[in-house]
Parts: sequence; C-alpha cells; structure tokens
Amino acid sequence: MSSSSNARKPSGLFRNLSAKIASVPMVLTALVVFVGGTAWTVLYSFTSSKLLPKMNFVGLDQYERLWSTRRWLISIENLAVYGFFSMIFTLVIGFTLAALLDRKIRGENVFRTIFLYPFALSFVVTGLAWQWILNPDLGVQSVVRSLGWESFTFNPLNDPDIVIYGILIAGLWQGTGLIMVIMLAGLRGIDEDIWKAARVDGIGTVKTYIRVIIPMMRPVFVTALVLIASGIIKIYDLVVAQTNGGPGIASEVPAKYVINYMFRAQNLGQGFAASTMMLVSVIVILIPWAYLEFGGKKRG
Amino acid sequence: MKIIAKLMASAALCTASMAHAGELEVTHWWTSGGEAAAVAEFAKAFDATGNTWVDGAIAGSGGTARPIIISRILGGDPMGATQLNHGRQAEELIEAGLMTDLTELAEAEGWKDLVNPSSLLDACTFEGRIYCVPVNIHSWQWIWLSHDAFAKIDTPVPSDWSEFAAAAPKLEEAGIVPLAMGQQGWQQNGAFGVMTIAIAGLDAWRKVVVDKDADAARGPEYAAVFEAAVDARNFAANSNVQDWNLATNMVITGKAGAQIMGDWAQGEFQMAGKVAGEDYTCLPGLGVNEILDTGGDAFYFPVIDNEDTKAAQMALASTLISPEVQVAFNLKKGSLPVRGDVDLSAANDCMQKGLDILKAGGIMPSGDMNLTADTQTQIEDLMAEFWTSDMSADDAQERYADIIASAE
Repeated sequence: MSSSSNARKPSGLFRNLSAKIASVPMVLTALVVFVGGTAWTVLYSFTSSKLLPKMNFVGLDQYERLWSTRRWLISIENLAVYGFFSMIFTLVIGFTLAALLDRKIRGENVFRTIFLYPFALSFVVTGLAWQWILNPDLGVQSVVRSLGWESFTFNPLNDPDIVIYGILIAGLWQGTGLIMVIMLAGLRGIDEDIWKAARVDGIGTVKTYIRVIIPMMRPVFVTALVLIASGIIKIYDLVVAQTNGGPGIASEVPAKYVINYMFRAQNLGQGFAASTMMLVSVIVILIPWAYLEFGGKKRG
Repeated sequence: MKIIAKLMASAALCTASMAHAGELEVTHWWTSGGEAAAVAEFAKAFDATGNTWVDGAIAGSGGTARPIIISRILGGDPMGATQLNHGRQAEELIEAGLMTDLTELAEAEGWKDLVNPSSLLDACTFEGRIYCVPVNIHSWQWIWLSHDAFAKIDTPVPSDWSEFAAAAPKLEEAGIVPLAMGQQGWQQNGAFGVMTIAIAGLDAWRKVVVDKDADAARGPEYAAVFEAAVDARNFAANSNVQDWNLATNMVITGKAGAQIMGDWAQGEFQMAGKVAGEDYTCLPGLGVNEILDTGGDAFYFPVIDNEDTKAAQMALASTLISPEVQVAFNLKKGSLPVRGDVDLSAANDCMQKGLDILKAGGIMPSGDMNLTADTQTQIEDLMAEFWTSDMSADDAQERYADIIASAE
C-alpha cells in the first residue's frame, strides 16, 4: 500500500507545508524552553549547585534534605489543604452562583459584574486587601466588635493553625467569579428543550440540575478543573502579599520554597529539587486523569 | 521556570540601557528614615566629584533586595555599584568574574592600613584580590531600652539581660510589651545570635559557627541560650509588628520595653529626636558580654565593559571610603566608620560605647562571614518557626545542631 502511494504523491510530511513551517517557531519554543528547561532543571537537581549551576553530581542528596526539611513538609501540607478546599469550594460556589444567575433573575448583569470583578485584581492586590480585611485591628474583627459583640475573635492571619484558611478565603474571593462565568456559559449552552422535557416529566429544578444538567456540562467542568488546579499549584504571589509565609513558616507554599532557596539561600540545587518535586506531583495527578479522559474507549 | 523566563526577558530588554558616562546606578536597601538620610550623604559626595548618583533603592530588607540585585548581575544587566553585606554572599559572583577588581585602587590609597578592624577588608578579599569597599561597621549586639516604659513601672532601667528578664512581668502588667520583635526570620535569627554571644559566650559561639561543631551546639551552653530564647519569645508574644523599624518605634514611643536589634536602630532614635542616655539606653552585648561583631555593609562594583563607567566606579569607591564621607555617613546611619583615623567627637553616647569596644579589641567576625546564605536561610526558617510556635527549647536545639552538622 504505502510503497505504491509513495510513487504517486509525496508523503504526509509535506502536506500543508506552509502551515507546518508557520508552527515551527512555536514547536521549537515548546521544545527548547519548556521541555529543555524542564530537563535542565531536573538534571541540575542532582548536583550541589549553589549560586551558579555546576555539574558536580551528588545523587539524591538534595531530595533527602528536601524531604527532611520541616518547611517543605509544611509547604506540601498547606498546598494539600489549600488545594482540596479551593477545588471543592470554587466548583460548588461557582456553580451555585451560575445556577442562580441562570434562573433569569433581574439585574443579572449587575451581579455578574460584581462577582467577576475580583478576578480583575492581581493576586498581590487581593493579598494586600485581605491582609487588611483580616487584620484584627482594622478589619472584620474590629467592625464586629464595634457593633457590640466584644468577645468576637476572628484573626486567622496571626494564628499558625488556621492561617492557610485565611489565604483560602482570599483565593476563593478572587477565583470563583471566573469559574462562575465559565459555568454560566455552560448553562446557557444547555438546550431549552431539556428543561421543558424535565418539567413535563415532573422533575424538580434541583434534581434536574444534579442529574441532567451537570452530567451534560462535563467539558465545562473539565475546563474549570484544569484552570483551578493550575492556579493551586502555582500559588505564590497571594501568599507573599498576604502573609509572606508567616506567622513563622505556617503559611509557606512549595513555590515560595523554590524561589527562596534558589535566590535567597543561593542554593540552586535545593530549589531545583523542590521544583522537580512540584512537577512530579503534577504528573502524578495528570497522568491517571489524562488516561481516563483521552485513553481507553472513546465516549459516544 | 517562570523566573528563568523573566530573567531572560529582563536581560534582553535592559542590555541596551547602559548608563551614561559618569552616571552610576547604585542599588541598596537603605529605605528607612535614618538610612535614607545616611545614603543621601553618599549621593551628595559622589555628585560633588562631577559624576551622577542614580539612586536604585530597593524597598524591603536585604532578603528581598539581594535576590533582585544578584539576578540582575547574573542576567546581564549589572548596575554600576551595589550594596551587599560582605562575606560569603558575593563569593560565587566574584569567582565567576562578575565583580570588578579594586586591588589597584586599594593599594594606591593604602586601604590595608586604614581599615580597622582589618577583618573587614579580609572579608572583601578573595584569593588575594580586593573586590569591595567596606563602608561601615554594624554590630548586632545591642539591646535598646525605653526610659519611658521603665519609668511607668517605677523600675530603674536594667543594666543587663537578667535584670530585664526580672522586670518583664511588671512591664506586662502595665500593658507594655516587654520585648518588641518584628515577626521576620532575620530579626528573630539576629536576636537569637545576640543572645548566643551574651549567654553562651564567645568560645562556644566560635566552636559552633566557625568550626561547625554540632556537639557544641548540643552542649549545655547552647541549652541555656535556647532557654533564654523561650523567655524572650514569651516577652515578645504580643508584639504584632513586622518591620524592624516599626518594632523600634514601639520602643521609641514607650509601647515596648526593649528591642534586641543592631546598631542601625540608632538612626531611628535619632530621627525621632531622642537622646541616648536620657530617652533610651543601649546595652552592648545585652550588658553581659561586651563584644561586637564586625559585619557591615560593603559596596561591590559589577564588571561593566565601558571605560567611563569604570572610571566612575573607581571614583565612587574612593569617595565611599574617604574620611569626610565616612564621618557624615556614619553619624546619620548610627554605624561605626571603617577607618580608625577619623574624628568622631560628634558621635553620641551609644556610638562612643561602640567605638570604645572597638578600640579595646572586643570584636568577633560576623555570622555572614562564616555561614553560607544557604545555612543562614535554614537557621532563619527554624527561628521563624521557633518564635511563632510553642516549640520547646530542646527540640529547637536539636534541630539547630542538625543544621550546623550539615553546614559547609
């Protein structure tokens, strides 16, 4: 087959040649910058590089040190807590808001704008704003106390045990608007006839959402999930602006560990080892998901 | 990855914007009131030589500024001159040939004989060549006591740490925070270092920090230090400020009884118009061990391939260490001059104390000169955790010893 077709027309390699040439720069960028940079980072994570990268291999030393460092363990724990709650609450709140807006309420535009507005702010601004809001002398606590409830205490940013939830609040405030808009777009894509059919069958509104609408919105949920997950892994600026890892090291996150050890501690090897671990954790989550999503049988 | 991309971008953008002849961008992290007034003296003196000082102040402490400075040098966009603490921070930059060799100028002006103590110049020396200009001597070993606070509880101002510790409960009763402490790792780490010298003594310190002897770090001298640190942690429990100058301000206004902080705090007292001995007292070595470390700031000059810039760099180097500038700068900054031959009769009570200790030879090398940035970051992390949690003295000591054991 292939030999006979070879004689008549050029191989598939040269089909759409101009389009392929046009995509070469991006392919190169992806290979050199992303794949190459990643490989370089992983390679040097096995060296004892300090301020400048040097090729003296020390095996797994950097990783051993990393996993015996308290600050790294706290960072991982914080990321897990933040990630878990951020994922759940963003999806739940985002979807609920979208569903409420979808009930053809009056002033939808106004509400949509209000909910989406925080997303227009950078994480640094969000972090600072919430640092003030959660400050016991300026923010929520003092307002409630001035209303007469003297014993009210709400001071998450100065309590090592719950500081990560203070950051979570700010993160949710900033991020749910976007998810809501994506969900709303998904809801608007649902055919009006579905609703009519559900009504004819006498299915309640909530039940229709859960049993019919949400399964139909699967692609929208996948998009939202990817957006939220990438936001969780790279969380850095919010923490820097809001608590700078404090009190003590109670709100440290992995990305901050990487930056600190690469530049402040002038220990590239340790920073690379930490960033490699971040990559590994992403891959560990991504591969089963990609397998489920794209591998196996194609869904109808 | 993100950072690498940023570095590349900034390198590409900025190589074109080299400084004009005689114009030097100088980066530093002197941004508090007293510090800014001091650095203005440098700028004035440098402008007077016909060159132009382009100020590149970076807000935040050294921990924030240093990575920015280093990444700019590594990224191919060096500034004309930059402040760094001398010691091991710049070692690898020098090794990589990114810093200008100042040896010729130093020999012409005879820095070797001028600089006192000579360890300052040693810290600038790498394989026999001189790469930086020391500009001041800063010592950590001070505690600042507010007269107002102690007047309120009718107690004489303490003359050493144990008297202070005894008075602390009374301060607390009167609603005064006994010890002001900014909740940042470097401040907590510094305060711990000061307590080490005062309580464990110089010999134990030398064994641990210079010889990296982990057994000494597990020993009884250090155990006492960690016990005292637990006390200090309790004294500082209600101190909810972050920046060091805000903590100093608590002492200035009498909201806090004391602060353990380096002599740069002096500049803040001066800006507030306070008089040493009347409004506040300073005790070197917590009043126990009168020994000062001789850390400090130094200026480095990244290599820039331009003759005019090079000439301006040399002019700046020579200006920084000239006697007049040394006096003007250090009086404002509250630090001690690096040369022994200048007249400091205008110096106040606290600075005189410092000068006397220097003359008597009560000096030790600073931690910066013995520990790598890596080890210091690890210790800072430990201290940040220790000061904000209820970690016991034993646990903290064990983990401290582990860090020392793995230090280079």
